[in-house]
Amino acid sequence: MPFGNTHNKLKLNYPAEEEYPDLSQHNNHMAKVLTPEMYAKLRDKETSSGFTLDDVIQTGVDNPGHPFIMTVGCVAGDEETYEVFKDLLDPVIEDRHGGYKPSDKHKTDLNPENLKGGDDLDPKYVLSSRVRTGRSIRGFCLPPHCSRGERRAIENLSIESLDALEGDLKGKYYALKNMLEEEQQQLIDDHFLFDKPVSPLLLASGMARDWPDGRGIWHNDNKTFLVWVNEEDHLRVISMQTGGNMREVFNRFCTGLAKIEALFKERSHEFMWNEHLGYVLTCPSNLGTGLRAGVHVKLPNLSKHDKFGKILKNLRLQKRGTGGVDTAAVGGVFDISNADRLGFSEVELVQMVVDGVKLLVDMEKRLEGGDSIDDLMPEQKQ
Amino acid sequence: MANTFRRLISSRSTAVLLASLGAGTMATGFLLSENGSLAAEMKKKLYPPSSDFPDLRKHNNCMASALTPAIYARLRDKLTPNNWTLDQCIQTGVDNPGHPFIKTVGCVAGDEESYEVFADLFDPVIKDRHNGYDPKTMTHPTDLDASKLTNGMFDDNYVLSSRVRTGRSIRGLSLPPACSRAERREVERVVVMALAGLKDDLSGRYYSLGEMTEKEQQQLIDDHFLFDKPVSPLLTCAFMARDWPDARGIWHNNEKTFLIWVNEEDHTRVISMEKGGNMKRVFERFCRGLKQVEHLIQERGWEFMWNERLGYVLTCPSNLGTGLRAGVHVRLPNLSKDPRFSKILDNLRLQKRGTGGVDTAATGDTFDISNNDRLGKSEVELVQLLVDGVHYLIDCEKKLEKGQDIKVPAPVTQFKK
Repeated sequence: MPFGNTHNKLKLNYPAEEEYPDLSQHNNHMAKVLTPEMYAKLRDKETSSGFTLDDVIQTGVDNPGHPFIMTVGCVAGDEETYEVFKDLLDPVIEDRHGGYKPSDKHKTDLNPENLKGGDDLDPKYVLSSRVRTGRSIRGFCLPPHCSRGERRAIENLSIESLDALEGDLKGKYYALKNMLEEEQQQLIDDHFLFDKPVSPLLLASGMARDWPDGRGIWHNDNKTFLVWVNEEDHLRVISMQTGGNMREVFNRFCTGLAKIEALFKERSHEFMWNEHLGYVLTCPSNLGTGLRAGVHVKLPNLSKHDKFGKILKNLRLQKRGTGGVDTAAVGGVFDISNADRLGFSEVELVQMVVDGVKLLVDMEKRLEGGDSIDDLMPEQKQ
Repeated sequence: MANTFRRLISSRSTAVLLASLGAGTMATGFLLSENGSLAAEMKKKLYPPSSDFPDLRKHNNCMASALTPAIYARLRDKLTPNNWTLDQCIQTGVDNPGHPFIKTVGCVAGDEESYEVFADLFDPVIKDRHNGYDPKTMTHPTDLDASKLTNGMFDDNYVLSSRVRTGRSIRGLSLPPACSRAERREVERVVVMALAGLKDDLSGRYYSLGEMTEKEQQQLIDDHFLFDKPVSPLLTCAFMARDWPDARGIWHNNEKTFLIWVNEEDHTRVISMEKGGNMKRVFERFCRGLKQVEHLIQERGWEFMWNERLGYVLTCPSNLGTGLRAGVHVRLPNLSKDPRFSKILDNLRLQKRGTGGVDTAATGDTFDISNNDRLGKSEVELVQLLVDGVHYLIDCEKKLEKGQDIKVPAPVTQFKK
């Protein structure tokens, strides 16, 4: 939403230094990159839909960040944002995605046949497996900027396409604003229901406007394939199941995504994608694959080992509590997932998780038996 | 009515993607080109106002009561001279359906002209909120001559403190929902420079929110002067908390009886207060201080937003007119337990709040009692109403103390015709 947009020409009456935000208390990617000179250069620009520099950075201005966690501090309002404001976003992307350069190309690989193994993670340790990503529909503005009409059009398009899925992917859509009490409770019990964002990082970017208009959840009858509509991105696509068969989860993920993409194409729409940035999403942190593949895994011994952090880092994995990002682990059970999103393909990232978690479970078993894990220490993956 | 053609031009800089959906959904497309205005025109055609009209079925606020699809269609594509839109005015009301018992306003102004350009919405909202006041036909009286107030001293045994507050906006600068950082900083500069010119019992100093020391902050908290970043979604959804705490601050005089908030919900909020029941002195200082501040900004070529129809123009329509809330903290242990208490307040055109402010509960038997009305009566009239009303309440309290009976007063008249 245009807090800044319709106002942009008026702001040009004031010199750039007068409009430049005070970022002295700030610690996020945007604040590290946005100099007064860059601000002066970019502030009179707009995308065709009217998204401005101030719209891009508002969330980062309003949320100085955390001394330990480096947030991104900027969002896109449409596909063109990444072009028009590349002077800001390219360095942000480089910083956030391990040195990814403006000239780099991102490889997309959603062929599940290319994954080796992944069907034999020990279910005594690996309690559940999940893969998620996001997709944006080309031609529409993104959640920070879309009008109600656009958001509803995205919803209608999504419902039509998802309704055409068949077989084990056949399912049903639950609009947030029409949901019955029983439906709502069921979705909560299934851990499917998403709520209005409360994080100031999201609210300050305008993503929660008009809630719950145009938002909803679709899932298949088997409850193993789930799509969120108009939350942080146009679509969030999730494949999941209990146990350690990540191969099956990834297979369903790829098949489902391919089918959804085909159904959208039948209706003359495609996903936002390009050679450099891969799949284009609202937050620069989700560019590329937008993929987070993860497991809930029991690692009570390994998690107490003083090299746990280093092991994860070398494997290019990250840990979270089982409540999701920013929660603490409960009962030695961790959410372990890939740290990267851009610069690696989907298959490569899932492979990292599969191989990495296998190793972590082997280490856990060793430690259980009182044995050392020194010979299992992994090298830093590149 | 769905089109069934699709055309894709593959050049990178100009790609036209027109797509159609099945029956019942609308055609959509997006013109990606260097020419921004063409894209905007395209969008207006593809998304008629009906597709953007908010779903207000679960809503209970003044905006939702007034906004029809026809009004929305007429106003959606209009802009104020500062490029503020209807959607921006109503966002807070769309995002906050309201409360079954409290009817919130549900819309804000981005600038002075919002009230004109979007009059088709704001006029009925104003009428709803201000007891039938019709901006098209009525004029609002402004009267800041404190000498006209009579009987302005209360019994200190009952009245613990007295306070009058209002807001003022600086003409020519956008309001908090819409202002850019530079505009907000300009408001701060204009106001702080003017306040530096206040003398004698009004002389004081400014504390910028972003720069105050720990010690200063603690003192302001102890004095109950410090305001914090808004948490109410009514305000945050109206874009008022952007860039916090940039250009926000608090000014107060050395005696701590005259206080000004800069760039919170309005450009300025002006407060005169003191312990005890001397409302006469509180109001006198209020009027004198306001006039001096106005004079000081006029010296530099600025003025307050004001007009005959709406009085002083502020961000929220509920504060138009005088923007004035005059109130006391008063002990009413017996009266508050009487079943006629609410009716008495109603007829006196007063409201009660807890001593923590709006939406707090009363602690013990002490209440915050203030005027209900803002628009259609002058400052002097409203403070007089408060004064007469509080005297009546204290009288009732004293009677009940003695075991005597009390009467519910006749209702005060509405607007002077």
